[in-house]
Parts: sequence; C-alpha cells; structure tokens
Amino acid sequence: MALDIKNGTIEMAHGSGGRAMSELIDQLFLPAFDNEFLQQKNDQALITLPGQRVVMATDSHVVSPLFFPGGNIGSLSVHGTINDVAMSGAKPLYLSASFILEEGFPLSSLQRIVYSMAEAAKECQTPIITGDTKVVEKGHGDGIYINTTGIGIVSNELTLKPSNIQVGDKILINGTIGDHGTTIMSARQDMNFSSDLRSDSQALHDLVAIMVKASPTIRCMRDPTRGGLGASLNELAQCAKIGMVLEEAQIPVKTAVTATSEILGLDPMYIANEGKLVAICPPNQAESLLTAMQSHPKGQDAAIIGEVIEDKHQFVQLKTEFGGKRIIDWRYADPLPRIC
Amino acid sequence: MKYISEFRDGVLAKQIAQQIAAEIKPEQHYRLMEFCGGHTHTIFRYGIPELLPSNVKMLHGPGCPVCVLPIKRIDAAIELALRPKTILCSYGDMLRVPGSNKMSLLKAKSQGADVRMIYSPADTIKIAQNEPDKQVIFFAVGFETTTPPTAVIIEQALKLNLSNLFIFCNHVLTPPAITGILEPAKQAGIKVLDGLIGPGHVSVITGSKPYEQLAKHYQVPIVISGFEPIDILQSILMLIKQVNRQSYQVENQYTRAVSAEGNAKAQALMAEYFELREYFEWRGLGEMPFSAIKIKPEFKHLDAEQSFRLSQPTGCDNKACECPAVLTGQKKPTDCKLFNKPCTPENPLGSCMVSSEGACAAYYTYKPHTYR
Repeated sequence: MALDIKNGTIEMAHGSGGRAMSELIDQLFLPAFDNEFLQQKNDQALITLPGQRVVMATDSHVVSPLFFPGGNIGSLSVHGTINDVAMSGAKPLYLSASFILEEGFPLSSLQRIVYSMAEAAKECQTPIITGDTKVVEKGHGDGIYINTTGIGIVSNELTLKPSNIQVGDKILINGTIGDHGTTIMSARQDMNFSSDLRSDSQALHDLVAIMVKASPTIRCMRDPTRGGLGASLNELAQCAKIGMVLEEAQIPVKTAVTATSEILGLDPMYIANEGKLVAICPPNQAESLLTAMQSHPKGQDAAIIGEVIEDKHQFVQLKTEFGGKRIIDWRYADPLPRIC
Repeated sequence: MKYISEFRDGVLAKQIAQQIAAEIKPEQHYRLMEFCGGHTHTIFRYGIPELLPSNVKMLHGPGCPVCVLPIKRIDAAIELALRPKTILCSYGDMLRVPGSNKMSLLKAKSQGADVRMIYSPADTIKIAQNEPDKQVIFFAVGFETTTPPTAVIIEQALKLNLSNLFIFCNHVLTPPAITGILEPAKQAGIKVLDGLIGPGHVSVITGSKPYEQLAKHYQVPIVISGFEPIDILQSILMLIKQVNRQSYQVENQYTRAVSAEGNAKAQALMAEYFELREYFEWRGLGEMPFSAIKIKPEFKHLDAEQSFRLSQPTGCDNKACECPAVLTGQKKPTDCKLFNKPCTPENPLGSCMVSSEGACAAYYTYKPHTYR
C-alpha cells in the first residue's frame, strides 16, 4: 500500500516490525537516504577501515519547534553529529539515524524532516548507512526525536584535546554567537518576535579540514552548542587547568541577537550555536589560522577573541567594551528570561 | 543613534570616572545603594566598582522581585500548580526558585503539574480561552513595573467574562521597601546610606515624585537611574555632588523614560483593580505595613487566594542566612557564612542567591571579590 504522505499520520503499526514499518522504510527512508549499504537491507552496515584511527560520536536531538528559520530537526541531527566528529580534526564518513516517532505525527512533516536529513548528509558526503524506527503512543513523545551516530577517521598527527592547551595560546571563533538559540526562542509560538535571524546550523568538517592544515599543532576544538560559548570555554578551562581572558569587542554578535537578548534578559555568551566552533592554537599560528578560516565561507566572520592565561581559579574572564572586567560563569542550567 | 551602544561607551565611562575622582572628598565616605536588582546586575556585569575611588562603596538593595518573595508564597504557588486540572503560568525566573523541601515550580512540573513559562501576562488570556476545562492561574510577581500588565489582564478577563482565569497576586511596592531600609536606621540614630540610586523601570510607572518625601524625611539624596552602565556612572556622579553639598533632592538621570508624574494611565488601571494590603511579608525585610497590593474584593472571583483553599504556610528562611543584612546594605554577600558553601545559585538558601539579580547571585556569578 502506498503511504498517504499528504494526510497520513504515524501509527503504532509503523513501529511494529510488520508490513506497515516496511512500507515506511521502503517508501520514505530508503529512497531519501539511498546508498549501497541501506540497499543490502541488513540490520547493520558493514564497512572496512583498515589501519585507521577512528572517531565516533553520538547525539540525540530534541528541539521545539521542529521547523525553524535556517533548518529543522532533520538537518540539525546531521550537522550536530558531524560537528562532534569533526571537532577531533577528523573527516566524517558515515552516520546512523534512529527515530523515535510519536503516534499521530504527520507523515508530511516526517517527509520534510527526512528529506532535509538526506540533503544535509549528501552535502557532507556522509551517508546514513544504518538506522532504526520506533513509535511511542500519543502523548509519550514530542512528535519526533532523532539520534544520530557518526564515525570518521583522523590522521595520526592529530590528537586534539584540552590538556594540549598552554598559557599564551590564542582562542578563535568562526563567526557570530547565539544565532541558533535566539532563532529557536523567537520561533516559539508564544513569542511574537519577527526578525531575519536564521539558525547557524551547518556542518563544519570542511572548515575544520582547512584549519588543521593551517595550524598543524592546533590544540583543541569545541562546538559551543547548548550552554553557548560560555559553557564550552569554562569546560576547556577546567579540563586544561588554565584561565582565559576574552575581549568582548572581538566576539562577533549579530545586532538582532544582542537586541533579543536584551529584551529577554539573556546573555549571548550562554545561547546555543549549531554551526560554530572555538579553536585554541599556539600564538604563532593564530594569524595564519585566522586567515585560513576567513577564506572559507563558514569562517568569514572568524575572529581571535582572547587568550589563555595562568589562573588557579580557572576563570574565564571578559574584558568588557565598557572598560571593566567580568567573569563568564559556568551556568548550572539553561538561562531563563527575566521578569522585568 | 544606535539603540544601546552609546550607553556602554568605554571612553565616555572613563571621562565620567575621572569626573567622579575629581569630585570626591578624600575624607568623606560615600555609601551608595542601588535599589534595583537590574542596577546590581549592570554594576557587576560592566565592572563599575573598578572604576570608582575606594571611598565610594556600592551597597545592593532589595529591588529584586524574585528575591523578596517569601518562601511561603512560593510554596503556595507550587501548591496551586499541583492542583488537578490547573495550569499555572509564571515568568521564567520564578520557575527555579526553591520553596520548602527543595521543591520548585520546575520540580512540580516534572511531577506532572502543568506549569507554563510566559513572556507576557497577555498569554494567560489566550491559554484560558484555549483551555476552558482548566483553571488557569497567573503567578503575578513584581514591583510597580509589572503590576499594570496584571491589571490589564484583569480588565480583559472581565471584558471577556472568563471564568477560568485567576490571579495569584504578589505585587509589591517600592517606596515602603525604601522605608523598610531607612526607618530602622533612623530610629537607631545611625545613617546607613549616603545616597540612593532610585529605581528606573518602576519610576516609569510611578514617576519620580513618590521619592521626594522619602529623600527629605530620611535626608538621603535620590537619583532615578537608567540601567545602562553610563546611566549608573552618571547617577553616581550626581549623587556624589549632592552628598558634597548636603542636598537631599530627587534628581532624574533617566529622563529618556521617567517623568515626575509617571504613567497616569497605568496608575489609574492599578487603582481600579488593586488595593493596599495591610501587611505583607518580604523575604529579608520581614512584615511591612502597606507594602503590597491585592485584588479588590469586588473582583475576588479572579483572585486565586480567595478562590482556592490554600494550606497554612510553614516555610521559613535559613537561620544562618544574612540576607536581611545584605538587602539592607549592612553586609556584603561574602560576609555571610553560607555564601558559596553551601549557598549557590544551584542550591540557594537565601533570597539574594535566588534570582540572577540578587546581590549574592551577582557576587557568585561575577566574583568581584576574587580579583579585586
């Protein structure tokens, strides 16, 4: 039977292992993700990686709303995992995708999501080679959850980790902060905001590839997703047992992000990104790394935003444009909008 | 004119800091209190204390609506949220505030309560209309700034004849809180403050006039200030000048938003639906007469306190907590034994650690004491 994409919805049967599930896979997932591995119709994918250093990362994606300016949960689930793999300096190779669908979820929405996953995977040349689908009863899920796992290979010369970081190192970012989180907040139904903001959701592996060439002893990279730049830098400072000083004037922030944050009483330093990376490199490679980043479309707004200092407190400090200094604290949980 | 960067101009800040340095008398102490939590936040976020001479000390006032709400009111909100067929609507920063037994609205939510974070009180009208089978309760909190929007939804609820919308009113007033700080000191014959940075957003509604009596009676100069760092530096300079000439005037630095008379329409709306409470308990300051408002009896069908039976409140503050002394400017957050261990924003024991605008939370977050 043909799926009724236009008016149909997910039913419990689509996760039952029976014919309904087979129809969903054959008519939606297979044609969208089409590749030689899936065509085998096995429960697993067989790949050969002889003598390589393999990187693996996994990420579960839950986002509300599912569709937002600049992407949707599908493209996000591909970009997020590719970025986690790429932060090691690796070239991502393959992805898996696992769906938890809520009974009643419109097939048309699922199709949009699956198509944008397929498009993102194709663009990154990282095929989705194995997957799974489960259905939960209505009321037991938020429409759709997607888990993706990625593997990639990394050269013998690269072992990026926080403990590489040394006093005097420079801290770089590839562009504006807070775009994704602000877009999501503005897109929620109860916020009557309109702006031209878009999520920065994008895969960064190609930018990473030119970065590790430009700075061969690059120390470490992170994608500042949830918790924003503030959380990522604090995490690195604590792991590496160092402090950091950032220059507020050097940190790129879009005016619309600043404005939205002002209204809600939030700080862009703690707002999520989905297409940004911070890199820490030796001071003598900082300029060439910056030039390389700026030559790539995903790094054209790149900037050197600060440096690593000795600090027994392991604080991340910010020199404000105003001329003062403050600590960028590591927040316990998500920031909440203020009363007034 | 951009919208905000002019008020964060570092060059201008240095100029004002130089003017302040030139103005101060070395033998004089300048203990200046900012009333608002919003001001406290700006002061630390921009590192203003670093720009001030050492005899100018900033004290942090009680103007943080989340901080001054006593535990028993939080407990009551949680109890309301846990009622069956109920939706409790709240501003975001109330959600994590702990009540008794480490409960909070967020924890109530995880236990199945329908707690919704709203950005505007007007959202509660929509929710009440969309969910006629549920009782929708708005957890109304805040000073004069957030009271008019609550009055507007009462007006709307009456107009639309909504029978499932209720207000749990916790609105408090600014002038009695200032009295609460200054009166005990006056009675004890001591002076605790040399100047007060008056509230900005509150004064947009109330105007600057209500503070004139306070300034005169307690002999404290007051400058109504905006919330940007340049606003605050300029207000500090204005206060220092007044201290030097022993003047006790109300001055308005925030002229782009505040007038002497305030917002007459908002004041009229508040007067229509609210009346003074004889007593209201403030966290840190205790029971203060005529310091809060409640919904007038003729609208009691909209008043959650009148419409639902609530259990007798038991919650009380930690005995070792120095919040009362911090809120009244007598102690610094770091003078409290509980500060940082065990009292943190994740595990706040006292009111000043609860909201990001509280003085203790600001110290914890920006850690000015560790690098000064």
